[in-house]
Amino acid sequence: MNWRRSLGAAVVVVPIVVLLGYGLTRDPRAIPSPLPGRPAPEFALAVMEDPVGSGQGRGAAGDTIRLSELRGNVVVINFWASWCLACRDEHAALSATARAYEGRGVRFFGILYKDSPEQARAWIDEMGGQSYPTLLDPGSRTAIDFGVYGVPETFFIGPDGRVEYKHVGPVNERILVDRIEAILAASGSREETP
Amino acid sequence: MTRAALLVLLALGLAAPGPVGAQAPRDEAELDALTRKVASQLRCPVCQGESIQDSPSELAQDMKAVVREQLAAGRTPEEVKAYFVSKYGEWILLEPEAHGFNLALYLLPIVAFVGGAATIAVAVRRWTRRGSLAESPVPGAPSDTDPGT
Repeated sequence: MNWRRSLGAAVVVVPIVVLLGYGLTRDPRAIPSPLPGRPAPEFALAVMEDPVGSGQGRGAAGDTIRLSELRGNVVVINFWASWCLACRDEHAALSATARAYEGRGVRFFGILYKDSPEQARAWIDEMGGQSYPTLLDPGSRTAIDFGVYGVPETFFIGPDGRVEYKHVGPVNERILVDRIEAILAASGSREETP
Repeated sequence: MTRAALLVLLALGLAAPGPVGAQAPRDEAELDALTRKVASQLRCPVCQGESIQDSPSELAQDMKAVVREQLAAGRTPEEVKAYFVSKYGEWILLEPEAHGFNLALYLLPIVAFVGGAATIAVAVRRWTRRGSLAESPVPGAPSDTDPGT
């Protein structure tokens, strides 16, 4: 009788423990993005005026940047805000990497998330400039299109306009270079560049 | 017992959302009501288990504006929800859809209910059969709990 009772208890308890154990392996805060592998959402956003006057040649203040016009480039899009502490950590890496890849078919853009241009400009000034343009996203339409739920978030878009990677949290130079090189290598072998 | 299970299944069937029609242009009040309905089914990404309808956060407000815009443009509530799922994944739905692993969520309560009912039925039958043998707890047995202070 007793062994039957313990068997019954095991039948009930073991699956529950397994289920709870499985739950422990998952991060409830991690929101898996369905975007990688899919075409990046199109946007047409105005370039924010910049105190230092940066902006990688094309992309002066007032211009509208359309993602579809950037086809053929690797596009790195970084959602940021001046109130975001982690954005301070990644700022130097982003600016330096953007400069290192200038003229190599890799374009960097910031998209301002839930912030005023005035505060963003003051922040860029304080951080010693930004080597790429930041775009304005009124009403967070583009952020929602990209499934952004916090900053910083960085998207790597391939030359074919597909989202290749999404990085949540601050990036560093190694992450940036690894991702960009992986995309360049993949697209190079696909298109057989001369 | 099987009747109970059938009742549970019937109740679940009745509770399932029916097809959504209403393609005609919507007036403001209708749009407001529909926006509230859809917004209350979408999870706020920056909150803890709150819908974008209930959350005062700025992102939730922006998302609600998107819901309203899309509804005003003639999309159905299902299409609006599909848009958010395509951006944030199924996570964005406060009520997970019943397929794949999620089925466990919907089936386990039924399994537990049926299992519990079966256990009780078996136990009751056993007790009533033994009833003539006077198996009730010994009256006047010393209590194992302290009377307390």
